[in-house]
Amino acid sequence: MIYRETGQFKANYQDDQALFPIAQDRYVILAVLLVTFAVVPLLLNQYWLNAILLPFLIYALAALGLNILTGYCGQLSLGTGAFMAVGAFSVFKLMTAIPELGFIPLVILSGLITAAVGTLFGLPSLRIKGFYLAVATLAAQFFLIWLFNKVGWFFNYNATGMITSPPMTLFGVIVTGPSADPVAKYYLVAGFVALFALFAKNITRGRIGRNWMAIRDMDIAAELIGVRPLIAKLSAFAVSSFYVGMAGALYFAVWLGSAEPTEAFDINQSFLVLFMIIIGGLGSVLGSFLGAAFMVTMPILLKNIMVDGLGTDTALAAHIEIITIGVLIIGFLIVEPHGLARLWRIAKEKMRLWPFPH
Amino acid sequence: MKIRKLTKTILAALLALPLISGVATAYELSIPSFDYRTGPYAPSGIPYANGFADYLMMLNARDGGINGSKIVVVPCETGYNTKKGVECYENVKNTGESRSLVIHPLSTGITYQLIPKTSVDLIPIHSMGYGRTSAANGKVFPWVFNFPVTYWDGAAIFVKYIAEKEGGLDQLKGKKIALVYHNSAYGKEPIRTLEKISEKYGFEFMALPVDHPGQEQKSTWLQIRKERPDWVLMWGWGVMNQVAIKEAASIRFPMDHFIGVWWSGNESDVLPAGEDAHNFLAGAIHAPGANFPLFDDIAKHVYGKGNGAGEKDRIGEVTYNRGVLAGVYAAEAIRTAMKIHGTNKVTPVMVRDGYENLEISAGRWEEMGLKGFAKPVKITCDNHAGSRQAAIMQWDANAKKWNQVTDYYDTMNDVVDPLIEADSKQYAAENSVVPRICN
Repeated sequence: MIYRETGQFKANYQDDQALFPIAQDRYVILAVLLVTFAVVPLLLNQYWLNAILLPFLIYALAALGLNILTGYCGQLSLGTGAFMAVGAFSVFKLMTAIPELGFIPLVILSGLITAAVGTLFGLPSLRIKGFYLAVATLAAQFFLIWLFNKVGWFFNYNATGMITSPPMTLFGVIVTGPSADPVAKYYLVAGFVALFALFAKNITRGRIGRNWMAIRDMDIAAELIGVRPLIAKLSAFAVSSFYVGMAGALYFAVWLGSAEPTEAFDINQSFLVLFMIIIGGLGSVLGSFLGAAFMVTMPILLKNIMVDGLGTDTALAAHIEIITIGVLIIGFLIVEPHGLARLWRIAKEKMRLWPFPH
Repeated sequence: MKIRKLTKTILAALLALPLISGVATAYELSIPSFDYRTGPYAPSGIPYANGFADYLMMLNARDGGINGSKIVVVPCETGYNTKKGVECYENVKNTGESRSLVIHPLSTGITYQLIPKTSVDLIPIHSMGYGRTSAANGKVFPWVFNFPVTYWDGAAIFVKYIAEKEGGLDQLKGKKIALVYHNSAYGKEPIRTLEKISEKYGFEFMALPVDHPGQEQKSTWLQIRKERPDWVLMWGWGVMNQVAIKEAASIRFPMDHFIGVWWSGNESDVLPAGEDAHNFLAGAIHAPGANFPLFDDIAKHVYGKGNGAGEKDRIGEVTYNRGVLAGVYAAEAIRTAMKIHGTNKVTPVMVRDGYENLEISAGRWEEMGLKGFAKPVKITCDNHAGSRQAAIMQWDANAKKWNQVTDYYDTMNDVVDPLIEADSKQYAAENSVVPRICN
């Protein structure tokens, strides 16, 4: 039907290897970008931007990062919360030390710092695999959070151990701190996410991404055909941590405004992002977005429907919310273990063949 | 058919989502309540939320609201989680025609998060006996109130009580005082003050963190058994409280040398330990128990009509009374705002003025049917923490009730005041706030 490709001929290799070979996909992506950047900020109010879209976009970036490591390279990590904390604390230290540099370079810089830390904690992956690696990254989670909580230098020796983002401007508009305009914050984060999603899409299609996938599917076979596990695994850790670190920096500086390590970056954070990629779809860029949307908006939506729409009391609503999310997760895993992205792929195939399924 | 109906409701709810504010016929006063009736902090959160809602509902039922304007309590479940708290804030801040008149975050973490936001959105925060201590400096924090007492005062007052038991402040030399604290912004608040006081009076101070959610404290109490401190202070919340009291009992730590902050002294904290909790001490910022005429009004007008938020026999629990206290302050501040501005249609900005000029004399407490319930309050432009006094109460496990065992202590102004001054100055410098002038 709408996905019929009749008449789309590819005359050279370049067309065949394009990012989105089907014309309809290109239109959809362009439409999504157009809606994201031109329509959404005009249409939605402050609550939607601050409480739903900002966390969705930031978590999508974090999920993208974890998906590179776990979905593409097959290295299970439970340290996402800690790596987000590295990003957040780096950007905090940089914002208070060298604000002259401007906010965007500082976020990228804190991503690079996180990449270095992530690579360091990725070293054990060369020797240990699977669940054992998960335990090693779990150590990173506990160690790093303990460190940020313990050493006063990280939070500039304030009394409560909380970090607060000072106001910073971008092209004369305030983007961090309390008086930042929600629309400006939204544009900043959406810009980051769009750019790095494109980058992720590209990198996973190329040589590096194929190396990762070879390692994921069978590392001994990959080694035999000439993939170097050292480079492949550590680069996956580095790129993944770079994404997660930037997400952490935006999470703290743009969305929350202030954070304490024990609560904002605890183990639940790691699990949340892991659930996102499992539900969204391992090894899929689209899946990272779908998973983040599901895990961020679903609880808020349920709560708003029950409390504001149906007038349920808040405690009951909170309990139903927990049950519903749990049931939905189990349901999805049974019906579609490959995640929401796989559902979309099936739907797309159906649409391409419709009305003649055979 | 049923499914279609459900879909319709859901669709209607979805459409209503961006404009949650309902259509109000008369001007209503919206007061949000940041609850936590779920999760590990529910044992502390439920009685507070019930007390807060019950008092305001009682005003609606008995007096038709405040000066004739009905109150709408807007509950939002935060689960004591900062991220959910921020979502709640964004959700409720513009609710109703009046907008949110005052925010009670009921969490030090959420308070820290909201302090910068509310001063932009022009909504007052009342972090009653919690939150950021240096918000006591109204010159730097015009939108934040934290009366009747702050954590730093609490730390000082507990040391004063200890000194009294030990025979004077000079007797503290060589003693050992431990702090068992919730490892968060909340629990860390008193550390700096205690460090300063320990330097001054020469006692040894040790800080022992307990991580969220507070169920695992074996190693903490093992350390206490090893180090044998003379006194243990506790900054706990939720399940952490009852676990700590049980653990203290299991190592046979003397309960009359174990002092909880005013958030660690509810009935639900001591009852699980049974007889062992006898003589446990806790800070108090208001009286325990339900022996006040006002509570009869709550029983009659709210529970009598079946509108109670909780169970009737839990009226008078310490944390329930804390909720009532927050409700009383809010209602009185709104009343003051109405008087100052000569209108019943108060806005959050006017309610801030109400808080800043709030004065509740002993006579007014009696008039409200709460004679001796709490200390008189007088808030000024530069002092947002009020009289900064607290008393000590003790648990009687046989009678199953709390008894206030001391009078209200004053804080150590010589220690705490310079700390407040320094911390608020630092905040002002970091966030480029120009302190306003108070006369």
